[in-house]
Amino acid sequence: MTSLNHLTISEALVGLKAKKFSAVELTEAHLKAMAQTKSLNAFITETPEIARQQAAASDARYAKGEAGMLDGIPLAIKDLYCTKDVLTTASSHILDGFKPKYESTVTQKLWDAGGVMLGKVALDEFAMGSSTTTNYYGHVINPWSPHNGKDFTSRLVPGGSSGGSSAVIAARAAMGATGTDTGGSIRQPASFTGISGIKPTYGRCSRWGIIAFASSLDQAGPMARSVRDCALMLQTMAGHDPKDSTSVDMPVPDWVKALSPKVKGKRIGIPKEYRVDGTPAEILALWDKAASWLKAAGAEVVDVSLPHTKYAVPAYYVIAPAEASSNLARYDGVKFGLRVDNGGSLADMYKATRGAGFGKEVRRRILVGTYVLSAGYYDAYYTKALKVRAKIAEDFRKVFESVDALLTPTAPSTAFVIGANEDDPVKMYLNDIFTIPASLAGLPCMSIPGGLGSDGLPLGLHIIGKPFDEQSVLDVALALEEAAAFSAVPNFMAA
Amino acid sequence: MSITVEDVSKIANLARIDVPEAEKPHLAGQLSGMLKFVEQLNEVNTEGVQPMTTAAQMKLPRRADAVTDGGYAGDLLANAPEATGNFFVVPKVIE
Repeated sequence: MTSLNHLTISEALVGLKAKKFSAVELTEAHLKAMAQTKSLNAFITETPEIARQQAAASDARYAKGEAGMLDGIPLAIKDLYCTKDVLTTASSHILDGFKPKYESTVTQKLWDAGGVMLGKVALDEFAMGSSTTTNYYGHVINPWSPHNGKDFTSRLVPGGSSGGSSAVIAARAAMGATGTDTGGSIRQPASFTGISGIKPTYGRCSRWGIIAFASSLDQAGPMARSVRDCALMLQTMAGHDPKDSTSVDMPVPDWVKALSPKVKGKRIGIPKEYRVDGTPAEILALWDKAASWLKAAGAEVVDVSLPHTKYAVPAYYVIAPAEASSNLARYDGVKFGLRVDNGGSLADMYKATRGAGFGKEVRRRILVGTYVLSAGYYDAYYTKALKVRAKIAEDFRKVFESVDALLTPTAPSTAFVIGANEDDPVKMYLNDIFTIPASLAGLPCMSIPGGLGSDGLPLGLHIIGKPFDEQSVLDVALALEEAAAFSAVPNFMAA
Repeated sequence: MSITVEDVSKIANLARIDVPEAEKPHLAGQLSGMLKFVEQLNEVNTEGVQPMTTAAQMKLPRRADAVTDGGYAGDLLANAPEATGNFFVVPKVIE
Protein backbone atom coordinates (compact mmCIF):
# COMPACT_ATOMS: atom_id res chain seq x y z
CA MET A 1 0.00 0.00 0.00
CA THR A 2 1.17 3.53 -0.77
CA SER A 3 2.33 5.42 2.31
CA LEU A 4 -0.40 7.82 3.37
CA ASN A 5 1.93 10.81 2.93
CA HIS A 6 2.38 9.94 -0.75
CA LEU A 7 -1.32 10.40 -1.55
CA THR A 8 -2.63 13.57 -3.14
CA ILE A 9 -5.11 15.66 -1.16
CA SER A 10 -7.94 14.45 -3.40
CA GLU A 11 -6.99 10.80 -2.83
CA ALA A 12 -6.66 11.31 0.92
CA LEU A 13 -10.11 12.92 1.14
CA VAL A 14 -11.63 9.85 -0.54
CA GLY A 15 -9.81 7.57 1.91
CA LEU A 16 -10.87 9.63 4.92
CA LYS A 17 -14.51 9.69 3.84
CA ALA A 18 -14.47 5.94 3.23
CA LYS A 19 -12.87 5.50 6.70
CA LYS A 20 -9.95 3.59 5.16
CA PHE A 21 -7.72 5.53 7.53
CA SER A 22 -8.24 8.25 10.11
CA ALA A 23 -7.14 11.87 10.12
CA VAL A 24 -4.95 11.04 13.11
CA GLU A 25 -3.22 8.28 11.12
CA LEU A 26 -2.74 10.64 8.18
CA THR A 27 -1.24 13.29 10.45
CA GLU A 28 1.03 10.79 12.21
CA ALA A 29 2.31 9.63 8.81
CA HIS A 30 3.23 13.23 8.03
CA LEU A 31 4.87 13.89 11.39
CA LYS A 32 7.02 10.80 10.70
CA ALA A 33 7.76 12.09 7.18
CA MET A 34 8.82 15.45 8.63
CA ALA A 35 11.29 13.68 10.94
CA GLN A 36 12.71 11.72 7.99
CA THR A 37 13.22 14.84 5.90
CA LYS A 38 14.60 17.14 8.59
CA SER A 39 17.85 17.53 6.64
CA LEU A 40 15.97 19.71 4.11
CA ASN A 41 15.81 22.41 6.83
CA ALA A 42 12.40 23.46 5.53
CA PHE A 43 10.45 23.87 8.78
CA ILE A 44 11.24 26.82 11.02
CA THR A 45 8.61 25.77 13.56
CA GLU A 46 6.94 22.38 13.83
CA THR A 47 3.53 22.28 15.51
CA PRO A 48 2.85 18.58 16.24
CA GLU A 49 0.61 19.33 19.24
CA ILE A 50 -1.66 21.55 17.16
CA ALA A 51 -1.63 19.00 14.33
CA ARG A 52 -2.61 16.11 16.60
CA GLN A 53 -5.37 18.15 18.23
CA GLN A 54 -6.77 19.29 14.87
CA ALA A 55 -6.57 15.75 13.48
CA ALA A 56 -8.50 14.32 16.43
CA ALA A 57 -11.16 17.00 16.00
CA SER A 58 -11.29 16.14 12.31
CA ASP A 59 -11.94 12.47 13.06
CA ALA A 60 -14.79 13.52 15.34
CA ARG A 61 -16.29 15.53 12.46
CA TYR A 62 -15.95 12.60 10.05
CA ALA A 63 -17.71 10.39 12.62
CA LYS A 64 -20.60 12.87 12.75
CA GLY A 65 -20.67 13.32 8.97
CA GLU A 66 -19.77 17.01 9.30
CA ALA A 67 -16.41 17.02 7.52
CA GLY A 68 -15.24 20.20 5.78
CA MET A 69 -13.68 20.59 2.37
CA LEU A 70 -10.10 19.88 3.52
CA ASP A 71 -10.92 17.95 6.66
CA GLY A 72 -7.93 16.12 8.09
CA ILE A 73 -5.48 17.28 5.41
CA PRO A 74 -1.99 18.03 6.80
CA LEU A 75 -0.65 21.34 5.48
CA ALA A 76 2.48 23.43 5.88
CA ILE A 77 2.16 27.20 6.25
CA LYS A 78 4.63 29.62 4.75
CA ASP A 79 6.11 31.55 7.67
CA LEU A 80 4.82 34.81 6.23
CA TYR A 81 1.27 34.05 7.43
CA CYS A 82 0.51 35.18 10.95
CA THR A 83 -0.64 32.25 13.06
CA LYS A 84 -2.10 32.91 16.50
CA ASP A 85 0.37 32.25 19.32
CA VAL A 86 2.70 30.39 16.94
CA LEU A 87 6.11 31.88 16.13
CA THR A 88 5.95 33.84 12.85
CA THR A 89 9.29 35.00 11.49
CA ALA A 90 9.08 35.92 7.78
CA SER A 91 12.47 34.11 7.86
CA SER A 92 13.95 37.29 9.32
CA HIS A 93 16.07 37.94 12.39
CA ILE A 94 14.13 41.15 12.96
CA LEU A 95 10.97 39.24 13.93
CA ASP A 96 12.73 37.23 16.65
CA GLY A 97 10.22 35.71 19.02
CA PHE A 98 7.14 37.24 17.32
CA LYS A 99 3.99 35.30 18.25
CA PRO A 100 1.00 37.06 16.67
CA LYS A 101 -2.16 37.47 18.71
CA TYR A 102 -4.28 36.90 15.62
CA GLU A 103 -4.67 34.45 12.75
CA SER A 104 -4.44 35.46 9.08
CA THR A 105 -7.73 35.29 7.21
CA VAL A 106 -6.46 32.68 4.75
CA THR A 107 -5.07 30.29 7.38
CA GLN A 108 -8.26 30.69 9.44
CA LYS A 109 -10.25 29.63 6.38
CA LEU A 110 -8.04 26.55 6.00
CA TRP A 111 -8.57 25.57 9.65
CA ASP A 112 -12.32 26.23 9.34
CA ALA A 113 -12.35 23.77 6.41
CA GLY A 114 -10.68 21.16 8.62
CA GLY A 115 -7.04 21.64 7.57
CA VAL A 116 -4.30 20.39 9.92
CA MET A 117 -1.25 22.58 10.58
CA LEU A 118 2.06 20.70 10.53
CA GLY A 119 4.15 23.81 11.07
CA LYS A 120 5.65 26.93 9.56
CA VAL A 121 8.02 26.65 6.63
CA ALA A 122 10.90 28.82 5.50
CA LEU A 123 11.03 31.40 2.75
CA ASP A 124 13.41 34.00 1.43
CA GLU A 125 13.57 36.72 4.09
CA PHE A 126 10.34 38.76 3.80
CA ALA A 127 9.66 36.79 0.57
CA MET A 128 12.44 38.64 -1.25
CA GLY A 129 14.26 36.12 -3.37
CA SER A 130 14.15 33.22 -5.78
CA SER A 131 16.19 30.65 -3.89
CA THR A 132 15.24 30.61 -0.17
CA THR A 133 18.92 31.26 0.53
CA THR A 134 18.17 34.53 2.32
CA ASN A 135 16.30 32.61 5.07
CA TYR A 136 17.78 33.69 8.44
CA TYR A 137 17.42 30.08 9.61
CA GLY A 138 19.70 28.64 6.94
CA HIS A 139 19.44 27.24 3.44
CA VAL A 140 16.56 24.99 2.47
CA ILE A 141 17.57 22.07 0.27
CA ASN A 142 15.62 21.01 -2.80
CA PRO A 143 14.67 17.32 -2.39
CA TRP A 144 15.67 16.81 -6.04
CA SER A 145 19.31 17.47 -5.08
CA PRO A 146 21.60 14.50 -5.85
CA HIS A 147 21.68 12.15 -2.84
CA ASN A 148 23.83 9.06 -2.32
CA GLY A 149 21.52 7.44 0.23
CA LYS A 150 23.37 9.02 3.15
CA ASP A 151 23.79 12.65 2.27
CA PHE A 152 23.30 15.19 -0.48
CA THR A 153 26.23 15.21 -2.91
CA SER A 154 25.25 18.63 -4.22
CA ARG A 155 22.75 21.07 -2.77
CA LEU A 156 20.20 22.73 -5.03
CA VAL A 157 17.82 25.56 -4.16
CA PRO A 158 14.09 24.76 -3.86
CA GLY A 159 13.27 28.05 -5.60
CA GLY A 160 11.82 30.99 -3.77
CA SER A 161 10.45 32.70 -2.04
CA SER A 162 8.05 29.86 -1.11
CA GLY A 163 10.96 27.37 -1.02
CA GLY A 164 10.10 25.72 2.29
CA SER A 165 6.60 25.10 0.95
CA SER A 166 7.83 23.60 -2.32
CA ALA A 167 10.47 21.43 -0.59
CA VAL A 168 8.12 19.79 1.92
CA ILE A 169 5.45 19.06 -0.69
CA ALA A 170 7.95 17.51 -3.10
CA ALA A 171 9.50 15.49 -0.25
CA ARG A 172 6.05 14.11 0.71
CA ALA A 173 6.25 15.72 4.15
CA ALA A 174 3.08 17.83 3.58
CA MET A 175 0.14 17.32 1.22
CA GLY A 176 -0.06 20.99 0.38
CA ALA A 177 1.14 24.34 1.59
CA THR A 178 0.31 27.99 1.42
CA GLY A 179 2.57 30.18 -0.64
CA THR A 180 2.59 33.85 -1.48
CA ASP A 181 3.52 35.25 -4.85
CA THR A 182 4.74 38.80 -5.47
CA GLY A 183 6.77 38.25 -8.65
CA GLY A 184 6.78 34.47 -9.02
CA SER A 185 7.27 33.17 -5.47
CA ILE A 186 4.70 30.38 -5.84
CA ARG A 187 5.30 29.45 -9.46
CA GLN A 188 9.11 29.38 -9.68
CA PRO A 189 9.58 27.14 -6.58
CA ALA A 190 6.79 24.87 -7.90
CA SER A 191 8.73 24.61 -11.18
CA PHE A 192 12.01 23.85 -9.38
CA THR A 193 10.51 21.01 -7.32
CA GLY A 194 8.11 19.33 -9.76
CA ILE A 195 4.88 20.39 -8.06
CA SER A 196 1.95 22.68 -8.90
CA GLY A 197 1.04 26.11 -7.60
CA ILE A 198 -1.44 28.80 -8.52
CA LYS A 199 -1.37 32.53 -7.89
CA PRO A 200 -4.98 33.70 -8.22
CA THR A 201 -6.07 37.10 -9.49
CA TYR A 202 -4.95 39.99 -7.28
CA GLY A 203 -7.78 40.50 -4.79
CA ARG A 204 -9.08 36.90 -4.73
CA CYS A 205 -7.45 36.01 -1.41
CA SER A 206 -7.33 38.28 1.59
CA ARG A 207 -3.91 39.63 2.45
CA TRP A 208 -4.97 40.31 6.02
CA GLY A 209 -2.51 38.77 8.45
CA ILE A 210 0.06 38.03 5.75
CA ILE A 211 3.25 39.97 6.38
CA ALA A 212 3.42 42.59 3.62
CA PHE A 213 6.27 42.82 1.09
CA ALA A 214 4.87 44.75 -1.90
CA SER A 215 1.18 45.32 -1.25
CA SER A 216 0.10 46.05 -4.83
CA LEU A 217 1.55 42.70 -5.94
CA ASP A 218 1.40 40.27 -2.98
CA GLN A 219 -1.14 37.51 -3.39
CA ALA A 220 -1.73 34.28 -1.47
CA GLY A 221 -2.10 30.95 -3.22
CA PRO A 222 -1.83 27.21 -2.75
CA MET A 223 0.89 24.73 -3.71
CA ALA A 224 0.30 20.98 -3.95
CA ARG A 225 1.03 17.85 -5.99
CA SER A 226 -1.85 18.13 -8.46
CA VAL A 227 -3.98 20.71 -10.22
CA ARG A 228 -7.11 19.38 -8.51
CA ASP A 229 -5.43 19.69 -5.09
CA CYS A 230 -4.55 23.31 -5.84
CA ALA A 231 -8.16 23.95 -6.86
CA LEU A 232 -9.42 22.43 -3.61
CA MET A 233 -7.12 24.57 -1.52
CA LEU A 234 -7.79 27.76 -3.49
CA GLN A 235 -11.53 27.17 -3.16
CA THR A 236 -11.04 27.30 0.60
CA MET A 237 -8.57 30.20 0.68
CA ALA A 238 -10.36 32.64 -1.65
CA GLY A 239 -13.16 35.03 -0.77
CA HIS A 240 -13.99 38.57 0.20
CA ASP A 241 -12.64 39.93 3.48
CA PRO A 242 -13.68 43.39 4.69
CA LYS A 243 -10.38 43.57 6.60
CA ASP A 244 -8.43 43.81 3.31
CA SER A 245 -9.58 46.80 1.26
CA THR A 246 -8.12 45.24 -1.92
CA SER A 247 -9.99 41.98 -1.43
CA VAL A 248 -12.69 41.83 -4.12
CA ASP A 249 -16.30 41.52 -3.14
CA MET A 250 -17.46 39.00 -5.71
CA PRO A 251 -18.61 35.41 -5.44
CA VAL A 252 -16.02 32.63 -5.60
CA PRO A 253 -17.06 30.23 -8.37
CA ASP A 254 -17.07 26.50 -7.68
CA TRP A 255 -13.78 25.82 -9.49
CA VAL A 256 -13.50 22.28 -8.17
CA LYS A 257 -16.91 21.27 -9.43
CA ALA A 258 -16.34 22.83 -12.85
CA LEU A 259 -12.75 21.57 -13.21
CA SER A 260 -12.37 19.96 -16.62
CA PRO A 261 -9.45 19.11 -18.91
CA LYS A 262 -11.58 19.92 -21.97
CA VAL A 263 -9.81 22.66 -23.88
CA LYS A 264 -11.51 22.02 -27.23
CA GLY A 265 -12.22 25.33 -28.90
CA LYS A 266 -10.13 27.36 -26.43
CA ARG A 267 -7.64 29.80 -27.90
CA ILE A 268 -4.20 29.63 -26.32
CA GLY A 269 -1.69 32.39 -26.99
CA ILE A 270 2.07 31.85 -27.25
CA PRO A 271 3.75 35.21 -26.55
CA LYS A 272 6.74 35.55 -28.84
CA GLU A 273 8.60 37.91 -26.50
CA TYR A 274 9.02 35.05 -24.00
CA ARG A 275 11.39 33.35 -26.44
CA VAL A 276 14.25 35.12 -24.69
CA ASP A 277 17.83 34.83 -25.92
CA GLY A 278 19.80 32.42 -23.81
CA THR A 279 16.85 30.30 -22.73
CA PRO A 280 18.01 26.66 -22.81
CA ALA A 281 16.82 24.75 -25.89
CA GLU A 282 15.20 22.05 -23.77
CA ILE A 283 12.96 24.63 -22.10
CA LEU A 284 11.86 25.95 -25.49
CA ALA A 285 11.35 22.37 -26.68
CA LEU A 286 9.11 21.54 -23.70
CA TRP A 287 7.14 24.71 -24.36
CA ASP A 288 6.58 23.65 -27.99
CA LYS A 289 5.61 20.18 -26.86
CA ALA A 290 3.05 21.59 -24.41
CA ALA A 291 1.54 23.70 -27.19
CA SER A 292 1.22 20.57 -29.33
CA TRP A 293 -0.50 18.74 -26.44
CA LEU A 294 -3.10 21.48 -26.26
CA LYS A 295 -3.51 21.43 -30.04
CA ALA A 296 -4.00 17.69 -29.93
CA ALA A 297 -6.70 18.22 -27.30
CA GLY A 298 -8.57 20.51 -29.67
CA ALA A 299 -7.34 23.93 -28.58
CA GLU A 300 -6.35 26.54 -31.11
CA VAL A 301 -2.79 27.71 -30.48
CA VAL A 302 -1.94 31.16 -31.81
CA ASP A 303 1.13 33.38 -31.72
CA VAL A 304 0.62 36.63 -29.86
CA SER A 305 2.75 39.62 -28.91
CA LEU A 306 3.24 41.33 -25.54
CA PRO A 307 5.63 44.05 -26.72
CA HIS A 308 6.61 45.45 -23.29
CA THR A 309 7.61 42.11 -21.76
CA LYS A 310 11.31 42.95 -21.43
CA TYR A 311 10.50 45.95 -19.26
CA ALA A 312 8.57 43.94 -16.68
CA VAL A 313 11.57 42.89 -14.57
CA PRO A 314 13.07 46.41 -14.40
CA ALA A 315 9.65 47.93 -13.60
CA TYR A 316 9.18 45.32 -10.88
CA TYR A 317 12.58 46.13 -9.36
CA VAL A 318 11.51 49.71 -8.88
CA ILE A 319 7.94 49.08 -7.70
CA ALA A 320 8.52 46.13 -5.36
CA PRO A 321 11.48 47.68 -3.48
CA ALA A 322 9.62 51.01 -3.23
CA GLU A 323 6.62 49.34 -1.62
CA ALA A 324 8.90 47.17 0.52
CA SER A 325 10.81 50.16 1.86
CA SER A 326 7.51 51.59 3.04
CA ASN A 327 6.03 48.33 4.40
CA LEU A 328 9.20 47.40 6.27
CA ALA A 329 9.39 50.76 8.05
CA ARG A 330 7.29 49.16 10.79
CA TYR A 331 10.21 47.01 12.00
CA ASP A 332 11.74 49.51 14.38
CA GLY A 333 12.43 47.61 17.59
CA VAL A 334 9.38 49.08 19.31
CA LYS A 335 6.30 46.99 18.61
CA PHE A 336 7.62 43.47 18.04
CA GLY A 337 10.68 41.38 17.44
CA LEU A 338 14.31 42.35 17.79
CA ARG A 339 15.57 45.47 19.56
CA VAL A 340 19.22 46.50 19.57
CA ASP A 341 19.71 49.36 22.00
CA ASN A 342 23.19 50.77 22.36
CA GLY A 343 22.09 53.34 24.91
CA GLY A 344 21.83 56.10 22.29
CA SER A 345 18.86 58.05 20.96
CA LEU A 346 15.61 56.65 19.59
CA ALA A 347 16.96 57.08 16.04
CA ASP A 348 20.14 55.23 17.01
CA MET A 349 18.03 52.36 18.34
CA TYR A 350 16.05 52.22 15.07
CA LYS A 351 19.22 52.14 13.00
CA ALA A 352 20.99 49.57 15.16
CA THR A 353 17.92 47.32 15.25
CA ARG A 354 17.32 47.50 11.51
CA GLY A 355 21.02 47.19 10.71
CA ALA A 356 21.27 44.00 12.75
CA GLY A 357 17.82 42.63 11.96
CA PHE A 358 17.63 42.75 8.17
CA GLY A 359 19.65 40.46 5.92
CA LYS A 360 21.64 41.74 2.96
CA GLU A 361 19.03 41.26 0.24
CA VAL A 362 16.28 42.91 2.29
CA ARG A 363 18.65 45.76 3.11
CA ARG A 364 19.53 46.21 -0.57
CA ARG A 365 15.89 46.38 -1.55
CA ILE A 366 14.96 48.80 1.22
CA LEU A 367 17.83 51.06 0.15
CA VAL A 368 16.86 50.92 -3.54
CA GLY A 369 13.23 51.56 -2.59
CA THR A 370 14.22 54.48 -0.40
CA TYR A 371 16.30 55.90 -3.22
CA VAL A 372 13.63 55.67 -5.93
CA LEU A 373 11.08 57.27 -3.62
CA SER A 374 13.39 60.07 -2.48
CA ALA A 375 13.02 63.71 -3.49
CA GLY A 376 14.39 64.34 -6.95
CA TYR A 377 14.21 60.70 -8.09
CA TYR A 378 10.55 59.85 -7.45
CA ASP A 379 9.27 60.75 -10.92
CA ALA A 380 12.31 59.53 -12.83
CA TYR A 381 12.15 56.06 -11.30
CA TYR A 382 8.93 55.36 -9.41
CA THR A 383 6.35 57.19 -11.53
CA LYS A 384 8.10 55.98 -14.67
CA ALA A 385 7.89 52.38 -13.50
CA LEU A 386 4.19 52.76 -12.71
CA LYS A 387 3.59 54.05 -16.23
CA VAL A 388 5.49 51.15 -17.75
CA ARG A 389 3.42 48.86 -15.53
CA ALA A 390 0.30 50.35 -17.13
CA LYS A 391 1.71 49.59 -20.59
CA ILE A 392 2.43 45.98 -19.59
CA ALA A 393 -1.10 45.55 -18.23
CA GLU A 394 -2.47 47.07 -21.43
CA ASP A 395 -0.51 44.51 -23.51
CA PHE A 396 -2.24 41.71 -21.63
CA ARG A 397 -5.67 43.35 -21.91
CA LYS A 398 -5.33 43.58 -25.68
CA VAL A 399 -4.10 40.01 -26.07
CA PHE A 400 -6.95 38.65 -23.95
CA GLU A 401 -9.44 40.13 -26.40
CA SER A 402 -8.53 37.25 -28.69
CA VAL A 403 -7.23 34.40 -26.50
CA ASP A 404 -8.50 32.54 -23.41
CA ALA A 405 -5.12 31.85 -21.82
CA LEU A 406 -1.39 32.15 -22.44
CA LEU A 407 1.21 29.40 -22.27
CA THR A 408 4.88 30.06 -21.41
CA PRO A 409 7.71 28.34 -19.51
CA THR A 410 7.73 29.07 -15.76
CA ALA A 411 11.45 29.68 -15.28
CA PRO A 412 14.49 30.06 -17.54
CA SER A 413 16.38 27.20 -15.84
CA THR A 414 16.04 24.16 -13.63
CA ALA A 415 16.98 24.43 -9.93
CA PHE A 416 20.47 25.85 -9.51
CA VAL A 417 23.13 25.11 -6.91
CA ILE A 418 22.91 26.93 -3.57
CA GLY A 419 25.27 29.89 -3.75
CA ALA A 420 24.90 30.49 -7.50
CA ASN A 421 23.74 33.97 -8.57
CA GLU A 422 24.46 35.28 -5.06
CA ASP A 423 26.64 38.27 -5.72
CA ASP A 424 24.83 39.57 -8.78
CA PRO A 425 21.34 40.67 -7.71
CA VAL A 426 20.28 41.41 -11.29
CA LYS A 427 21.18 37.89 -12.45
CA MET A 428 19.12 36.43 -9.62
CA TYR A 429 16.21 38.72 -10.52
CA LEU A 430 16.13 37.40 -14.10
CA ASN A 431 14.94 34.08 -12.70
CA ASP A 432 11.49 35.62 -12.56
CA ILE A 433 11.53 36.90 -16.14
CA PHE A 434 8.51 34.76 -17.17
CA THR A 435 6.49 35.19 -13.97
CA ILE A 436 6.80 38.91 -13.21
CA PRO A 437 4.77 40.36 -16.13
CA ALA A 438 1.54 38.61 -15.05
CA SER A 439 2.18 39.71 -11.45
CA LEU A 440 2.39 43.35 -12.48
CA ALA A 441 -0.95 42.98 -14.28
CA GLY A 442 -2.51 41.11 -11.32
CA LEU A 443 -3.51 38.13 -13.47
CA PRO A 444 -4.19 34.54 -12.33
CA CYS A 445 -1.38 32.17 -13.30
CA MET A 446 -0.19 28.70 -12.48
CA SER A 447 2.85 26.47 -12.81
CA ILE A 448 2.62 22.70 -13.30
CA PRO A 449 5.43 20.20 -13.89
CA GLY A 450 5.83 19.55 -17.63
CA GLY A 451 8.84 17.26 -17.76
CA LEU A 452 12.48 16.84 -16.81
CA GLY A 453 15.52 18.66 -18.12
CA SER A 454 18.63 16.82 -19.28
CA ASP A 455 19.96 17.22 -15.73
CA GLY A 456 17.03 15.14 -14.45
CA LEU A 457 15.43 18.14 -12.74
CA PRO A 458 11.82 19.28 -13.19
CA LEU A 459 10.72 22.02 -15.57
CA GLY A 460 7.47 23.92 -15.15
CA LEU A 461 4.86 25.11 -17.61
CA HIS A 462 3.16 28.41 -16.92
CA ILE A 463 -0.44 29.30 -17.74
CA ILE A 464 -1.69 32.89 -17.50
CA GLY A 465 -5.40 33.76 -17.56
CA LYS A 466 -7.78 36.71 -17.70
CA PRO A 467 -8.61 38.55 -14.49
CA PHE A 468 -10.86 36.36 -12.29
CA ASP A 469 -10.80 33.53 -14.83
CA GLU A 470 -9.02 31.06 -12.55
CA GLN A 471 -11.27 28.41 -14.09
CA SER A 472 -9.59 28.58 -17.50
CA VAL A 473 -6.15 28.58 -15.88
CA LEU A 474 -7.01 25.46 -13.87
CA ASP A 475 -8.66 23.73 -16.84
CA VAL A 476 -5.73 24.34 -19.20
CA ALA A 477 -3.37 23.28 -16.39
CA LEU A 478 -5.36 20.06 -15.92
CA ALA A 479 -5.21 19.33 -19.66
CA LEU A 480 -1.44 19.82 -19.60
CA GLU A 481 -1.11 17.75 -16.43
CA GLU A 482 -2.91 14.84 -18.09
CA ALA A 483 -0.84 15.12 -21.25
CA ALA A 484 2.48 15.48 -19.43
CA ALA A 485 1.73 12.56 -17.09
CA PHE A 486 4.61 13.73 -14.90
CA SER A 487 5.45 10.89 -12.51
CA ALA A 488 9.11 11.49 -11.64
CA VAL A 489 9.92 11.82 -7.94
CA PRO A 490 12.76 13.56 -6.08
CA ASN A 491 16.00 11.81 -5.15
CA PHE A 492 15.29 12.34 -1.49
CA MET A 493 11.85 12.04 0.08
CA ALA A 494 9.99 10.56 3.01
CA ALA A 495 9.15 6.85 2.80
CA MET B 1 22.98 56.80 -12.26
CA SER B 2 26.00 55.76 -10.25
CA ILE B 3 25.66 55.49 -6.48
CA THR B 4 28.58 56.75 -4.41
CA VAL B 5 29.56 55.75 -0.90
CA GLU B 6 28.17 59.13 0.27
CA ASP B 7 24.84 58.30 -1.43
CA VAL B 8 24.75 54.97 0.42
CA SER B 9 25.28 56.77 3.73
CA LYS B 10 22.52 59.23 2.91
CA ILE B 11 19.97 56.61 1.83
CA ALA B 12 20.87 54.35 4.77
CA ASN B 13 20.19 57.26 7.11
CA LEU B 14 16.84 57.97 5.41
CA ALA B 15 15.95 54.28 5.74
CA ARG B 16 17.23 54.21 9.36
CA ILE B 17 19.55 51.27 8.77
CA ASP B 18 23.10 51.10 10.13
CA VAL B 19 25.43 49.98 7.36
CA PRO B 20 29.02 49.19 8.41
CA GLU B 21 31.53 51.50 6.65
CA ALA B 22 33.44 48.53 5.26
CA GLU B 23 30.35 47.30 3.38
CA LYS B 24 29.49 50.61 1.75
CA PRO B 25 31.76 50.49 -1.32
CA HIS B 26 30.53 47.01 -2.33
CA LEU B 27 26.92 48.01 -1.65
CA ALA B 28 27.35 51.17 -3.73
CA GLY B 29 28.43 48.97 -6.65
CA GLN B 30 25.45 46.64 -6.26
CA LEU B 31 22.95 49.50 -5.98
CA SER B 32 24.49 51.16 -9.05
CA GLY B 33 24.07 47.89 -10.93
CA MET B 34 20.41 47.67 -9.93
CA LEU B 35 19.71 51.27 -10.94
CA LYS B 36 21.53 50.86 -14.22
CA PHE B 37 19.38 47.81 -14.91
CA VAL B 38 16.10 49.65 -14.23
CA GLU B 39 17.13 52.65 -16.32
CA GLN B 40 16.19 50.73 -19.48
CA LEU B 41 12.64 51.82 -18.59
CA ASN B 42 13.56 55.13 -20.20
CA GLU B 43 13.38 53.41 -23.60
CA VAL B 44 9.59 53.17 -23.22
CA ASN B 45 7.49 56.06 -24.45
CA THR B 46 5.02 56.70 -21.64
CA GLU B 47 3.68 60.04 -22.74
CA GLY B 48 0.06 60.46 -21.67
CA VAL B 49 0.06 57.16 -19.73
CA GLN B 50 -1.59 57.14 -16.31
CA PRO B 51 0.62 55.55 -13.63
CA MET B 52 -0.80 52.17 -12.51
CA THR B 53 -0.76 52.12 -8.73
CA THR B 54 -2.68 48.90 -8.17
CA ALA B 55 -3.79 45.72 -9.88
CA ALA B 56 -7.05 45.76 -7.93
CA GLN B 57 -9.81 46.26 -10.48
CA MET B 58 -12.25 47.89 -8.14
CA LYS B 59 -13.18 51.10 -6.40
CA LEU B 60 -11.85 51.53 -2.91
CA PRO B 61 -14.66 50.25 -0.68
CA ARG B 62 -16.31 52.44 1.92
CA ARG B 63 -17.95 51.57 5.18
CA ALA B 64 -19.78 53.38 7.96
CA ASP B 65 -17.49 55.59 10.02
CA ALA B 66 -17.84 53.51 13.15
CA VAL B 67 -15.56 51.68 15.54
CA THR B 68 -15.45 48.02 14.47
CA ASP B 69 -12.44 46.73 16.30
CA GLY B 70 -10.13 47.40 19.21
CA GLY B 71 -10.00 47.25 22.96
CA TYR B 72 -7.08 44.88 23.36
CA ALA B 73 -4.05 46.89 24.28
CA GLY B 74 -2.61 43.85 26.04
CA ASP B 75 -2.51 41.88 22.78
CA LEU B 76 -0.85 44.76 20.96
CA LEU B 77 1.82 45.05 23.62
CA ALA B 78 2.35 41.31 24.00
CA ASN B 79 5.23 41.24 21.50
CA ALA B 80 6.88 44.51 22.47
CA PRO B 81 10.57 44.26 23.41
CA GLU B 82 9.71 46.59 26.31
CA ALA B 83 6.34 47.77 27.60
CA THR B 84 4.92 49.25 30.75
CA GLY B 85 1.26 49.63 31.62
CA ASN B 86 -0.50 50.29 28.33
CA PHE B 87 2.58 51.80 26.68
CA PHE B 88 5.48 50.85 24.46
CA VAL B 89 8.79 51.88 26.00
CA VAL B 90 11.39 53.58 23.79
CA PRO B 91 14.71 55.30 24.49
CA LYS B 92 14.28 58.81 25.90
CA VAL B 93 13.24 61.26 23.15
CA ILE B 94 13.13 64.58 25.03
CA GLU B 95 16.12 65.87 26.97
